Amino acid sequence: MDNPNQRKRHALKVFEWFDSRLGLARPLTEAAQHPTPERSASWWYVFGSAATVLLVLQVITGILLALVYTPSAGEAWSSLQFLNHDVTLGWFLRAMHGWGSDFMIAIVLIHLVQVFLFGAYKFPRELTWIIGVFLLLLTLGMAFTGQVLRFDQDAYWGLGIGASIVSRFPLIGGPLVGLMLGGPIIGGPTLARFFALHVFVIPGILLVLVGLHVWMVLRLGINEWPMPGRIVSKASYAHEYHEETAKNGIPFVPDAAWKDAVFAAAILLSVMACALLLGPIGPTGQPDPTIIQTAPKPDFAFLWIYAVLAYLPPSLETPFIFIAPIVVIGGMLLLPLVAGEGEKHWSRRPVAVLMLAVIAVTLGTFTRLGTYTPWSPIMEAWSADTIPTRYLQDRSPLEREGALVLQNKQCRNCHALGGAGGMRGPALDNIAARMTEDQMIRQVLQGGGNMPAYGNALNPAETRALVSFLMTLRGKNLQPAVDSSRQLTTGSPEPLPAEQGGAATR
Amino acid sequence: MTRAHEHGAAAQPEGTAPDAATTAARAAAHSRRAFLFKLSLALNGAVGAVLAVPILGYVLGPALKKNASYNAWVSLGPIADFPEGETRLVDYRNPVTMASDGETGNAACWVRHIEGRKFQVFAINCAHLGCPVRWFPQSKLFLCPCHGGAYYEDGARASGPPERGLFEYQYTVAGNHLLIEAGSLPTLATEACAKKKPLIQIAPQDAAADDANPARSS
Ligand code: FES
Repeated sequence: MDNPNQRKRHALKVFEWFDSRLGLARPLTEAAQHPTPERSASWWYVFGSAATVLLVLQVITGILLALVYTPSAGEAWSSLQFLNHDVTLGWFLRAMHGWGSDFMIAIVLIHLVQVFLFGAYKFPRELTWIIGVFLLLLTLGMAFTGQVLRFDQDAYWGLGIGASIVSRFPLIGGPLVGLMLGGPIIGGPTLARFFALHVFVIPGILLVLVGLHVWMVLRLGINEWPMPGRIVSKASYAHEYHEETAKNGIPFVPDAAWKDAVFAAAILLSVMACALLLGPIGPTGQPDPTIIQTAPKPDFAFLWIYAVLAYLPPSLETPFIFIAPIVVIGGMLLLPLVAGEGEKHWSRRPVAVLMLAVIAVTLGTFTRLGTYTPWSPIMEAWSADTIPTRYLQDRSPLEREGALVLQNKQCRNCHALGGAGGMRGPALDNIAARMTEDQMIRQVLQGGGNMPAYGNALNPAETRALVSFLMTLRGKNLQPAVDSSRQLTTGSPEPLPAEQGGAATR
Repeated sequence: MTRAHEHGAAAQPEGTAPDAATTAARAAAHSRRAFLFKLSLALNGAVGAVLAVPILGYVLGPALKKNASYNAWVSLGPIADFPEGETRLVDYRNPVTMASDGETGNAACWVRHIEGRKFQVFAINCAHLGCPVRWFPQSKLFLCPCHGGAYYEDGARASGPPERGLFEYQYTVAGNHLLIEAGSLPTLATEACAKKKPLIQIAPQDAAADDANPARSS
């Protein structure tokens, strides 16, 4: 018994007992040691495995959260508070799950970009890419349904936005809303549905597809390092790849896998660091629809959609909402079928690189806009942001009265003054240099260009006061705007150049 | 023994059939088994189709139910609570709720008392994408916090992304109480009431209030 050799033999016997029944040792060893092109054992090739590790983390933390979370519209919010404050380390588990989801989306996107730039979606890996596109959609689906399970104000109104989008579907909009909500209102059955999706349906499909994805990576081999001028052709690729790995191949485990393992550990540590330092995400206020003092906002991954919906012209919105996703997803699915051969190296694929750059800049810009929502009125600005005193010094009583009107009529909710206030409309600091008195009166009373008409909300005295105050706002050394047509008709000796958009600086 | 024999025979390459009679018998048996297998597939297909009926019925149940069937008249309180010329936020409990709905079963609406028995009751849900609009009496506007939609005091669209005015509930005055017909989340598909409104309301106040007064009003 004390002989180490004897112990070893025992262990081997136990192993053999299992393996003679399971028969997994050989195929697993073969899979682990499959030859990898030497240059592909690179730090660029670690993102897929990191995404898988994050998925496992999400499954584990998710199961642990489900031990406490109550998927009932009346109790979900308080069960999250309970997790945050009363369950030992409950806040940390929630934080891990929340930040893990953000990391997973980021890593999946980086993985997608890397695969695209390296041409890894080309023959024979088309189906691996197509399944990958579905994995991306499912990951986003997990993020959206997860955001709903954090059943707070944002989740409630987010569901409202979802229902409103679905309701625009021609003909079957109404039934689709019912299907989504599980009843006439956002309530118990709605949360139960999203719980089932988040916990059973989507993870089930996700795990199966990840299995297929990894299986195909093993079967078809890891993409070789792209070289300019090395063309992929269906006729010769398999042969070339085989030759390359036979000549320069290294076993995946351990020669290539250590980098994956190191990166995965780094990612897990980063998730833990974020969870520790930044804490759990939400919940914000209670999901009570009678509390309307709220400005709902989606999670980071969906901010760009929020921004796009704010900027679309009303008439284009419904067609865009339904056609754009089909075009984008369809394009991604068809990509490997259309461009399955040819150059893999990014330096020989300028269109692909340009496309990627444009998409990245667009998404980045919209996401950035979504973080500070310039299109949203600031509901408290009229009572919270004061008028800078320099705009009130040496002003006549009428002009000061006008400043009061400006505050009282909520103009500041959309118009900034001295850098404070809404950004929905233009800032008013130089307004008199851009508009004449007549133009201002017309704009205030009749509205137009995204501004409501105030004709019913202002009496003539208020309008006069307001406009006389606005006429004092023209920054330093700027000439007031002038109506050149009036000068023509009144026979002014020296007509000024007409300006509406810019200041006439002479 | 028969099993082993069969396996051995199956492994034999074709064209070297040893015995014509047994081959014919096996072929006949094979075609019978193949037929039975196909039959079993068809049987399971039929069972699956039958099974799909309750499953689909269950899943699609909420989609097939008419929205109007959820609606009921809800009292918002005595009219004395709503001073003439003012617009106020009123909370009520949705007529259809479940135990698990909790506070999500609450609802709110904006009540505008025009004069006498003339009201307008607006959904708080923006006609764009459903965010809760807020009323500003000073500028006589409803403003939406999400994408900056704005509506005038009569609910008509003022500016921003919404394509139309605010959703309106049907109301009636019974005794001294203001009642609205409510029950489902107001969206473009359900609207707040059965009656469709034109996208742009030309004569909003009188026309709307008059035909919104059904026979129940006393
Ligand atoms: S939801 Fe109100 S403007 Fe978009």
